[in-house]
Amino acid sequence: MGAHKLLFSELKLWTSGRGGWIARLHKGIGACGKASLSSCSPKVCIVGSGPAGFYTAQHLIKARQDVEVDIYERLPVPFGLVRFGVAPDHPEVKNVINTFTQTAKHSRCSFYGNVNVGKNVSITELQQAYHAVVLSYGAEGNRSMGVPGEDLAGVYSAKDFVGWYNGLPSCRELSPDLSCETAVILGQGNVALDVARILLSPIDILKKTDITQPALEALAESQVRRVLIVGRRGPIQIACTIKELREMVNLPDTRPDMVAADFDAVKEALKDLPRPRKRLTELMLKTALEVPGEKEQERRSKASRTWGFRFFRSPVEVLAEPSHSRIAGIRLAINKLEGSGEGAHAVLTGEVEDVSCGLVVSSIGYKSLPIDPSVPFDSRKAIVPNTMGRVKQAAGLYCSGWLKTGPTGVIATTMNNSFDTARSLVEDMDSGTLDVSAAKPGSQSISALLEKRGVKPVTFSDWEKIDNVEMKKGESSGKPREKLLTVEEMLHVAWT
Amino acid sequence: MALVTTLRRLVQNSLREYSRKASARWQRSFTVGTQPLRSDNKVTVNFINRDGEKITVKGSPGDSLLDVVINEDLDFDGFGACEGTLACSTCHLIFDEEMYKKLGPITDEEMDMLDLAYGLTDTSRLGCQICLTKSLEGMVAKVPESVADIRQTKDGSS
Repeated sequence: MGAHKLLFSELKLWTSGRGGWIARLHKGIGACGKASLSSCSPKVCIVGSGPAGFYTAQHLIKARQDVEVDIYERLPVPFGLVRFGVAPDHPEVKNVINTFTQTAKHSRCSFYGNVNVGKNVSITELQQAYHAVVLSYGAEGNRSMGVPGEDLAGVYSAKDFVGWYNGLPSCRELSPDLSCETAVILGQGNVALDVARILLSPIDILKKTDITQPALEALAESQVRRVLIVGRRGPIQIACTIKELREMVNLPDTRPDMVAADFDAVKEALKDLPRPRKRLTELMLKTALEVPGEKEQERRSKASRTWGFRFFRSPVEVLAEPSHSRIAGIRLAINKLEGSGEGAHAVLTGEVEDVSCGLVVSSIGYKSLPIDPSVPFDSRKAIVPNTMGRVKQAAGLYCSGWLKTGPTGVIATTMNNSFDTARSLVEDMDSGTLDVSAAKPGSQSISALLEKRGVKPVTFSDWEKIDNVEMKKGESSGKPREKLLTVEEMLHVAWT
Repeated sequence: MALVTTLRRLVQNSLREYSRKASARWQRSFTVGTQPLRSDNKVTVNFINRDGEKITVKGSPGDSLLDVVINEDLDFDGFGACEGTLACSTCHLIFDEEMYKKLGPITDEEMDMLDLAYGLTDTSRLGCQICLTKSLEGMVAKVPESVADIRQTKDGSS
């Protein structure tokens, strides 16, 4: 299977794009591997090497044969949320890395890891060196619940919890306390379901994935047996998608635990729903209300772990133990719905309910942060204000991915969003709105700047060394890779 | 150019895994420009791309429509992002009613991902799950828009 995949991506490398392979041959790729194009070629800088950055680069390189693209990334390793966000038990979703790798190895694309834009180099300096700068650095902050007790030990953002089990260096010290029986997750999107699934998956499944070793060990000792996934509104407004719900329903050694009353009025609403929403709701109804057959009944009775949705609940306070050092539970306000469908909103009824728990994971959304005071930023929406990817009131500045539209959507959503920005940029180059006639120094001047400041970039082949070390380490334990967990280790491998 | 074509076919060969097909291709690679000796095991597939253009290609029985798109180097933006593992909806294709009925059963897993596709219709399928058979000869598959394109409504060009 591995060899087949390798050949498959090799084929794509050879055949993708209009005569890509042949064109490179004609350009005379020598031992150095990079084409020598004239210094007058348009140079674009992309900040961020997740899906947004790579898909923007991919489209730009394909659309114009003269564009050179440099991708800057703060970490030594590329791929952003594909590496640090996608759940370890969803390896197929990470196949997009093969396409990104192709792009990175293209003669007109260069990767510069370990460069902190905003700190090591400013946006203004990048704009001086490049004809255009595309901001694709995503959303590294999270929306806070804004309730008392949010900072107590035992409360984590989903972003940090996911970062922890996926080896994001800044989340290494999270050490979540899994010694409680009940965990409450606020939010019902796919990230919330990922967290629930990782908390409840049998270790035998997890140990074959690229989940980090410390997370695997912590989960092996975990006492968590019950996970509640809480949302403000009702079943019809749930934000997760059916694949993730099906995975919970089919998760070995678990059984569902729902509140039947939460589903009153849902059955009648079914017939008017579009197919995707209808199928998702039907699966939920079936799981919550249908009396299971004998085999399923037996499976459920043997299950040692439970999971369930709780609807019409909003957090109002995280309750502390008498010592005030840890959480004892969470106080939830009870809502009712006004309106229906996607537009329905939750209204407080005045009633509250306390749920005992030892772990709270807040999965209510990621949030973009401003990178540089010179870049316009809409702090209400937490995005860079733009029209079709063109940053407002900032010529030569573009944005793509979650920074452009807000932090929702799967990889394909980001792909389309990034292609859209690339189209705008190409339009501007073609029409002359963006002046690319004067030569710009591009990475030459930026590399000199970085060297002066004692910053050494990690190249794509440096990353490949890290990649190989991780895969090799994983081999002995039957994992696809064993991720390096600190920037220091990554740099050490990159530069040895 | 012959060298390139031959090398290209060699790479394609190595993916095939089936020596019968491989030998037929090998024969063809040395007769570039002439009619293939055995064309009766190929299936003609027509794609309508996002510009409305019809592209006619051939695939082998057992190939998925995603395989055909890749092998024939068809230039559909972002098509097949997850490489045929039912982890995305980017190989979304739309068929006419008659052809749709011939395509065979759809699994829950395919429908789960198809549900996320933009512009979903009752005759939509994921290309990576449709395998060619002789009965699908001459099929027409439309590559739908993957997102609402504001540009198109503005001045008609994309």
